Formats: sequence, structure tokens, C-alpha cells
Amino acid sequence: MPRVSINYSRLLKPLVFVLCLIPFGMAAYGVVSGKFVDPVESLLLISGEWGLRLLLVTLCVTPVQFIFKWPGVAKLRRMLGLFAFFYATAHLMIWVILDQGFDISDALSAVVEKPFITFGIVVWLGLLLLAVTSNRFAVRRLGRNWKKLHSWVYLLAVVAVVHFVWQVRAAEILEPTVYLAVLTLLLAWRFVRLVKPGSGQGSKKAAAVSPPL
Amino acid sequence: MAPKIRSSEITPESVFRQRRVILQAAGLGLGAAGTGIMMPERVNAAAGADFDNIVKWAGSTDESQSTVEQATTYNNFYELGTDKGDPVKNADKLVTEPWTVEVGGECEKGGKYALEDILKPHTLEERVYRLRCVEAWSMVIPWVGFPLADLLKRFEPNSKAKYVEFKTIFDPANLPGQKFPVLQWPYSEGLRIDEAMHPLTLMAVGLYGKELPGQSGAPLRLVVPWKYGFKSIKSIVSINFVEQEPKTSWNVSAPREYGFFSNVNPEVSHPRWSQAKERRLDGKSSGFSALFAEKRETEMFNGYAEEVAGLYAGMDLEKNF
Repeated sequence: MPRVSINYSRLLKPLVFVLCLIPFGMAAYGVVSGKFVDPVESLLLISGEWGLRLLLVTLCVTPVQFIFKWPGVAKLRRMLGLFAFFYATAHLMIWVILDQGFDISDALSAVVEKPFITFGIVVWLGLLLLAVTSNRFAVRRLGRNWKKLHSWVYLLAVVAVVHFVWQVRAAEILEPTVYLAVLTLLLAWRFVRLVKPGSGQGSKKAAAVSPPL
Repeated sequence: MAPKIRSSEITPESVFRQRRVILQAAGLGLGAAGTGIMMPERVNAAAGADFDNIVKWAGSTDESQSTVEQATTYNNFYELGTDKGDPVKNADKLVTEPWTVEVGGECEKGGKYALEDILKPHTLEERVYRLRCVEAWSMVIPWVGFPLADLLKRFEPNSKAKYVEFKTIFDPANLPGQKFPVLQWPYSEGLRIDEAMHPLTLMAVGLYGKELPGQSGAPLRLVVPWKYGFKSIKSIVSINFVEQEPKTSWNVSAPREYGFFSNVNPEVSHPRWSQAKERRLDGKSSGFSALFAEKRETEMFNGYAEEVAGLYAGMDLEKNF
């Protein structure tokens, strides 16, 4: 029995790795095949959406771990977070290089003048900081502060959802509603665990199954 | 529908249908058939029937045109779905037969007109116009139509007719987008009477030499080339002459973002994005190279300033955006 579970958990990470690359592959295929009528717009959309989705998925890891009593899932957290950062970086690069045509002064004035773009930059800078401190060395080095630093991810998720919702046209309802709902549930779950003694992060069980990675 | 056809008339719908069947059977109707698996299979502008006797308009732009695929698979027509690929997929849900246009308000000859009667007296022209979307992309499209002014004059508007209000078909049983209150249905648009009567304002019935496909606003749509695309209302069922500025759907939805005039103006930024530049979607931009196509500067009144700037003389265009 233990052997089966070990094999399974060994497969999980590579499997999720490949899954996370699917949007990238589809986007590349879309460009090369000429599927996209406005490829820059499509790439912006795909990279941004998947950055946001993977960020929310990353935040689901801990709740899933507890609700389904599945400690193994924690192994995926760092990889998922780094994929969120990967898509967010692609999103920023596509915007600066392809959309703004590398006109840095244009891009900077857009960052300053259009709040939803400001929000996007804030998210990316935050994710950058979390990404560079996601390695073992940084975890050891930062000690207790590591967890404090990385709990900012919740704020980044809020800002990321605002960034998304702000650019939505009046008519699009379903997608923003889903993100807002997921975000609200995640925050509510965290909040309940924080205030409810016994079920909070301080409990022995939580500490046992929730390593800082 | 009259089976007798003069060459100056539009081909009746029944004949369209027949031809369409023949074209499809022969495999000729699908212009995108060779373009690969990603293009929607069924619907496409080329599936419509050809018009006869189109007069080429002398004022057409000679810029590189958008391809039929670009113009008919990338559409904002929320009645058929909010994704730009939705309208082409749902185009067959737009029932265009029979089609009636109700004309009313401040005019002598109001009433319900069958589409054939609307179109009958008009000579069709092909006009290649730039189309600038408020989302900062643009196309160059050869429309088939006739000046709106020629049509409006037939209804004999009176002196109280200061504005013209247009409405799109309201058919929530069939049109998937109208099942949700994403915009104020029916979609409404309006023009000041002098804008409506301007010789550039086109009542379109086709593009690329063929009848309009559903996703492009069949069977009758407006094209106002110096305004953002959403002013060019699709699938028109109602024309109303009014004294007061009419409510328009996008203005009601977000008044800070979409004004009544909505003239293309690179200097007046949309609250959330700049309008200074645009991405031209044309035959030269496809596949990988499209990624690096440079944006172009948006022109005042979409490059039609010479013709239309006079309409707005003395107006503060920042206020009247």
C-alpha cells in the first residue's frame, strides 16, 4: 500500500507541471496556426487569465490539504505559485514588448495614468518578490519572516482580481463572478481558521501537515 | 416575395437561400475551407450570395483590407455572445426572414416596411471604410450599401426630427446573449439628424460583395466610419425620428466611458485605456508576424476629419465625447 501511494505522489508533480504548460502550448499553437485574429490581444488575455487562475489555484492548496486530508498536495504549492508568476511575467512582457511596442515612456505613462494597469504592476512586483524567495535557501534564511512575507500572497490575489475585474467590459459577467467567488471563499476559509481556536494555524495537526513550502 | 427581379434590385431572400445551398453543395461557399482547422467551419461571409451591379464608390480608401475571415470571425455583437468568436458560431440563431423595419416618430411616412421595400429604390455601392473599434483595434472593410440619407428622406422627417434612434432586433428566445441583461436590450443607438444625413453614413446590406452574414449584423446595419464601431448598430428593426437625444445602450451602461457622440478621437482617452493608437487587423497581419506589427496612430475622426469635422464646429469634443 505505501508503495502505491509513493508512486502516485511521484507522478502528481510532473503531471501538474505538464498541465500547467497546456495554456502556453495552446497559445503558441494559436499564434503559429493563425487562429488568433488579434494575436497580441489573445496572448495578453490567455497569459493574464492563467496567471490569475493559477494564483487562485495556489491559494487553494492549503484548504484542499485540510478539507480532503491530503497532505501530499502541499508539494505542489511552490510549483503552482511559480507557474502563476511565469504567466504573470509573460503577461507583462507581452504587454510591454508586443502591445506597447517597447515604447517604455508610453508604457510608464499608462502605468501611472490607468489604475488597473498600476494594480497589475503591483501584483507582478509582489509575485517577483515571492518567487525569488521561494527557494530553500531563502526559506532557511528568512526563518519566521518567510511565512509572514509569503502571506502577502492573499493581498496580491485580491489586487490581481481587482486588476482583472477593472478591465472587464460591462457585458462580461461569468468570469469575474467566478474569480470573485473563489477569492471570497478562500479569504473566508482563512479568516475562519484564524479566529476559530483549535482549527487555526497554531494547531498541532496543521503544523504537522503544512510545511512552509 | 416577388419572383420578378430587375437588375437594379436586390436579389430576393428566397433566391439567396437557393444559391447558398448550391454554393455550399459545390463546396464553393466556404472561403475559409483551406485555412485550417481553427476557423469556424460553418459560417463565413462567403456563404452569403453575391450582389449584382454594385457601383464602386470613388471615395474608398486604398489601404490594405482586412480579410473576410478577420472581418467575420472577430466581432462584437453581444446578442450572439460576448466573446469575439461567439457571433460567428451563433450567427444562425439570428432569424432574418421575414424582416420588417418599423419607422416612426417625427416623420410623414412612418409605418412597417418589409426589407424588400426598404431596399428596392436604392443603388448599391461598394465603399471601403476604416472601422475603428473603441477597444483600440481597427479594420478596413469593403461594405455594400447606400447612403442612409437617401433612405431617411423617403420617410419625410419633419422639423422636429432632431435625432434618429435605431434599434436592433429583440429576440431573446433565439439570441443567446439577450437571455442575460449584459446590456440594455434591445440594443439602441442614435445619431444627430445631420450626422445621419451625412453622405458618409452608410446603410449596409453586405460586405466583400456578398450579403451580410448574421455576425456582421444581417440584414441591415449602419456604418458610421468616423465613430467608434459600436455606433454602427447591427440588425436594425426600428428607425425613429425624435426631438430629444435618444438613450443609447453603451452610454446607459457606462456613461463615463461611452458618450453619445463617440467620435473617434485620439486625444480623448477612454477612462481605462488610451485611444491614441490602434492595432490594424488586415491581410498583412496574420500568424507569427502579426505579433510584431506596430500599432498605428489613430487619426482624428478616424481619418474622415475633412468630411465631418464641420458637423462639430464650436463644440468641446472633450465634453461631448
